[in-house]
Amino acid sequence: MHRFANPTRFLKIAAAVQPWMAGLTIILFGTGLYMAFFTAPPDYQQGESIRIMYVHVPAAWMGMFCYAAMAVASAVALIWKHPLADVAAKATAPVGAAFTFLSLATGSLWGKPMWGTWWVWDARLTSMLILLFLYIGYMALQGAFDDRTRGAKASAVLALVGAVNLPIIKFSVDWWNTLHQTSSFMKQGGPSMPPEMWIPAVVMAVAFKTYYVWVLLVRIRQELTANKVRILRLKQVHGG
Amino acid sequence: MGKFIELVKRDLALAFRQGMDSLMVVAFFIIAVVLFPFGVGPEPSTLAKIAGGTIWVAALLSSMLSLERLFQTDHDDGSLELLALAPVPLEITVLAKVVAHWLTTGLPLIVTAPLLAVLMQLPSEGFLVLIAALLLGTPTLSLIGAVGAALILGSRRGGVLLSLLVLPLYIPILIFGVSAVDAAIFDQSVRPHLVFLAALLVGALALTPWAAAAGLRQALE
Repeated sequence: MHRFANPTRFLKIAAAVQPWMAGLTIILFGTGLYMAFFTAPPDYQQGESIRIMYVHVPAAWMGMFCYAAMAVASAVALIWKHPLADVAAKATAPVGAAFTFLSLATGSLWGKPMWGTWWVWDARLTSMLILLFLYIGYMALQGAFDDRTRGAKASAVLALVGAVNLPIIKFSVDWWNTLHQTSSFMKQGGPSMPPEMWIPAVVMAVAFKTYYVWVLLVRIRQELTANKVRILRLKQVHGG
Repeated sequence: MGKFIELVKRDLALAFRQGMDSLMVVAFFIIAVVLFPFGVGPEPSTLAKIAGGTIWVAALLSSMLSLERLFQTDHDDGSLELLALAPVPLEITVLAKVVAHWLTTGLPLIVTAPLLAVLMQLPSEGFLVLIAALLLGTPTLSLIGAVGAALILGSRRGGVLLSLLVLPLYIPILIFGVSAVDAAIFDQSVRPHLVFLAALLVGALALTPWAAAAGLRQALE
């Protein structure tokens, strides 16, 4: 891991990997979306609206995956002062927030025809909403300081606190939901999926992952370049 | 331990000399709850249904009000740096400040809560449990809030930011606090809810001082 701590070495690798990731993402998205729209059969109960699932479920997975990635990167940054981990955590947050929002939005669109309402205080929906708030708080804290390193460190601590809290929040929301919910909209279990349905879902999930790696590389490179520009500007100002 | 009590005493003395702070928190608590009958209508049955939740939400918001000043004043006049240099571990200092914060905000809220419960028509079975739940829950609010207060030191627009950071983390306490009161009213077992609140308190007591101290160390770098 420390081999890649050197930004120059990292940038070299990132520049080589990035076009591959971009290509892979485009191919996987193409295949996944084609399968989701054309080869996957409509659900016998939900009809064509089941196709929202191929975006909704991978987006929800990525929302949680990105928070975990952010927490791990924050821990690495705090413990080993790894110079790239800070940048990686910072780069992950907006992507994760976007995925979480996407899963909420598609869930809402899916809920309207299926449950007859845009929003239900279902345990999963509620936990995802809180996850979105945690992302927003993280990003707000990061941008709230004039000193950027302070923002990075404070938000790294927050990411870890949030990671410890997430399971507690998830559990308590489940508990709250079983107490309060009088009628269940969600069908428990449901039909086990045929391969024509889960294969496109898996392809889409992998496509989301490669998209994340692609965007992460772009954002890390952008951040490192921005740092260089800032240092050059400071040198100019201070009569370098 | 002696140093710990000294620190608590110092913060309490400061709070009493500034006087109005904890009174203002209580006043906010009362006004926030009193707004609800205007919002949902004065029918006793409606009020009774939402009483527990309203009081809990208002308690959450009011205990957050004074959090911003938990470390801010000491940070501004430099005494926080002296406290950090003192032979007492910073985690213990944090804990002492949290205890003082709870004594000046949490405790007055608990004392006021029965009055508001009367105004909100909370059924009498809920009173004792509401107090017990607040007693177990409000210290956790102060503990979690201390982490947020440490992280925002030196930021722009600290107060709004603090609520954004801290409120999502407060949700579990709100859930168990309200469900304890509801369980008492509907004659169900109160114990599991209170046990969960106690568990949250113990967990927060063990973990949050470290996180808050880490936040303070970065602010002082």
